[in-house]
This record gives sequence, C-alpha cells and structure tokens, in this order.
Amino acid sequence: MKSMNTVQKSIKGMMLFAVMLVTVFTHASGGHGEDNHDSEAHGNQIDTAEEIRGYIKHHLQDSHDFVLYTDGATGKHYGFSLPVIVSTSKGMKFFMSSEFHHNDDGHVVVEKDGVKLAKIHSKIYELNEGSVTVEFDADHHATNAHKVIDLSITKSVVGMLLTALLMFLGFSSLARGYKKGAIPTGFARVLEPLVIYVRDEIARPNIGEKKYRKFMSFLLTVFFFIWILNLLGLTPLGFNVTGQIAVTVCLGLFTMFIYMFSGSKDFWQHTLWMPGVPVVLRPILAVIELVGFVLIKPFSLLVRLYANITAGHFVVMSLIALMITMKAAFGPVASTGMSLVLSLFISIIEILVAFLQAFIFTMLSSLFIGMAVEEHEHH
Amino acid sequence: MDQLLNDFSPGLFFMQAIILLILIGLMRKFAWKPILDALQSREDGIQEALDAAEEAKKEMTSLNADNERILKEARAERDGLLKEARDIKEQIILEAKEEAQEQASSIMESAKAAIDVEKKAAIAELKTQVAHLSIEIAEKVVKNELSSKDDQLKLVDKMLGDVTLN
Repeated sequence: MKSMNTVQKSIKGMMLFAVMLVTVFTHASGGHGEDNHDSEAHGNQIDTAEEIRGYIKHHLQDSHDFVLYTDGATGKHYGFSLPVIVSTSKGMKFFMSSEFHHNDDGHVVVEKDGVKLAKIHSKIYELNEGSVTVEFDADHHATNAHKVIDLSITKSVVGMLLTALLMFLGFSSLARGYKKGAIPTGFARVLEPLVIYVRDEIARPNIGEKKYRKFMSFLLTVFFFIWILNLLGLTPLGFNVTGQIAVTVCLGLFTMFIYMFSGSKDFWQHTLWMPGVPVVLRPILAVIELVGFVLIKPFSLLVRLYANITAGHFVVMSLIALMITMKAAFGPVASTGMSLVLSLFISIIEILVAFLQAFIFTMLSSLFIGMAVEEHEHH
Repeated sequence: MDQLLNDFSPGLFFMQAIILLILIGLMRKFAWKPILDALQSREDGIQEALDAAEEAKKEMTSLNADNERILKEARAERDGLLKEARDIKEQIILEAKEEAQEQASSIMESAKAAIDVEKKAAIAELKTQVAHLSIEIAEKVVKNELSSKDDQLKLVDKMLGDVTLN
C-alpha cells in the first residue's frame, strides 16, 4: 500500500508539473492563441498551448465519433462515426454522428422530425422551440438549448463493448478449456493465474472463506473490466473510459449497493446502534457510519479511479505536447527527445497504474463487502 | 466540482450500468462459475491426492514400525526359545548326572552288600574250616599225645607246616 501511495504521489507531482508547464506556455503565447481561436473547427495543426489544452480536454471527454487521426492540413478526420441515440421532447431519435460533421461547438444543427439538435463539447443539446441556431452567453453556455438524455453508442460505450467482448471471449474459452482437462492450455494459462490471483489475494482474505464465493462474479468482472479498459486507454485508439466520471460513479454505486444489500445483522447493528458505547453517542455514530458507507466509501472508490486515469492521460498527453511547447525554447531535437523519454517513462508507470487501479478498486470493494458481511463474535 | 457535474453524462451512466449488469450475468454463467468450479474441483483433487499421499506415508511408517515390532518380538521369542532349550538341556544333563550318580551309588551299595555277604560267608566258612582243622589237629594231637610228647610236638609242627602251605 505504501508503494501505491508513492506512485500516486509521484503521479500527482508530475501532473502538477505538467499543468504548470502548460499554464506558463499559455501565458507566453496567449496573444498567438487568440488569432487561431477557431483553429480546431477548421482542423488546422495543433501547435499552441491553448490548442493543446483544448485537444487534451477534448480527448478526456467522451466522444460521439471514433476519430483515429485528423489531417491537420485538410481538416479531414479518419475514423468512423457512431450511432447517436437521444431521447428528446419528441421521442427517441436515432442517427449517425457523422451528421454533426465533427462539429463540437454547436454550429451544426441537425434537424430530426422537428427536433433541432446540436453538439456542444461532446454533449447533445436540443434547441428550444423556434430557435434556429444556438446562442451562447458570455461563459459559452447555450442559452436557448437544453441537454437531452443521450444513450448514444459513444466512443466510451464502444470501448466498454469491446472490453466486454474481449473478456467474454477470453474467459469463456478458459471455462470451456476445463471441459477438456483440468490444466488449461495456450492463452488460458495466462488468464487462469489472474483469476486465481483475484480469488486468493483479493476476495478470500477480505471477505472471508465462507462468503467470498457469492461476490466472485462481481469482483472478477469489475477487476478485468477496469484493467482492460485502463489498458485500452493507453493504446493509440484513445479510449478514456475509466476516466469518465459517469463510468466510475456507476462502478462505485454497484459496489455500494452490493455491500449494502448483503450486510449481515451484525453489520447493521454495528452501523445503526453500536453496542458498547454510551447511548447518547449511538445516533451520532449511526449517522457517521451511514454517511461513511453510503457516500464516502463509494465516493473514494469512484474518485480515485477517475482521478488516476484522468491524471494519467493528462500527463502523458502533456508530455507528448512538450515536443511542441518546448520547441521554441530548446529546439526541435532536444524537445522531441525530452518529450519521448518523459512520455515513455510515464507510459510505463501508467501500465502499472492501469493494473494498480483495477486492483485497488477490487481490493477496496471486497474490503467493504467483507466489512458488511462480517459476523462478529459475541462476547 | 462544477466541471465534474458537467462532465457527468447520465446517458453514459445508464449504458455503463446496463453493460455491466449484462456482462456480470453473462460472465457469471459462461465464465466465472465454470472456471471457479473447475478450479475448486481441481484444488480439491490436489488436496485429496496430497492427503492420500500423507495417509499412505503414515501407513507406511506404521507398517514399518509394525514390522520392526514383529521382528523384535520374533527375535525375543527366538532368544526365549533358545534360552529355554539351553535350560532344558542343562536340566536334562543335571538330571541324568544325578540319576547316574544315584544308580552308580546304588550299584556300589549293592556290590558292597554282596561283598559283605560273601565276605561274611567266606569268613564263616573259614571259621568252620578252621574249627574243623583245629578239631582234626586237636584230635591228632590228642592221639599222638598218647604216644609220646615228642611225637605230639612233631605232629603239631608238621600240621602247622601243612597249614601254612595250604
């Protein structure tokens, strides 16, 4: 646990460093940035700190298109569009994201059966009745449009489906292998120790020998889901699924509901009416314990995962961007070399973090489940 | 915080919840349950095999100890038998010796007795003969005495000489 903290601290340190760098260069080239304010929309090259920041921000968000590469000179995007499914005031609407033409600032308005939809910062807005274009206030908030419930197959959803498919193929083949013999062969030999690891190092010691079996499906699924998604995020495909707060909130809530609904009688007694303390203190303790279990524990789970992955992506992208931001100061060779070495180093750490975060999430989930199902010995 | 709330997409949350639920269900049915069952049965098998080996080892040890014990017992029995046999032998010899002694002494005794009887008989006979002789001598002496004293003495001498010759 100590090394984990050190890694987290060092990552936080790196992130701070990168943020400082980016901020410094933003100020240095602020005037230049103003000129190319709408460069993103025109698909020009990204070569100012402002644009890099925008690009990183854009990457960290979910996206309705799957863009692998953008030709800066022609503004052409290579990739594929994904289905958009939105629930508007006039029912569900289905169309392909290509209809937005990669526009992300609300300038392209798609009309579907009398519903006008625009995409602003990866969010789909429905224009109010009678409006034709989106109007913005000073803070760049849309004034005549509101968000819709967006069930699109976004890039993150694609990532999750891909992960689910990989998991299903991998582990069902491992499961089928056992029908042929007790010893797995081929790739299953890699997967089996991982399953045993989750069972013996995470679930068993934290939940207890008697009750761990019931929670294995959840723990194993969540462990591999998070791990594979974290690793996919490190590939050039550019997924950032576990860096989506909605995804981690969902994972955290799953854990919370599981341990709240499997709490033993002892758990509820110790939470709501703690024996062995003065009666006056008991309601106060109950409130503290309940807030701890309902809010703080899932919150710590979901924020830890979200923050670590977001920070990781942010740092790697910032370090890659050093190549551009430091070019003026150190020349192309030195800045490229520095960026390469640093981003390689951080990427290796990120591979560790990808595992670590999956491990910590599963570990803490099973720890909380273990607390809830524990049966105390009565003296 | 505002940024976080703005980033939170209810749609993505919903999709994630659905995907995760379905994935947990599918994985449970097609992967985790069979995998964990197979692992469990394999581990149980290994444990059983280990236990059986341990049991066999224990049995082997007890068997060895048994063998050792039996061997020891056999050896002790053999020693006992040998000792007994030796004792019996000694006793037999002793008895034989004693019997022989007894017999020898009884033979001696009877021999002695026989000798005594013979001796007594011989002595008795001797006595009778001596008595006869004495009487004869006395008869002759008495006869000769009637002739001359010298003749009588001569006769006695002659008779004594005969006796000695006899």
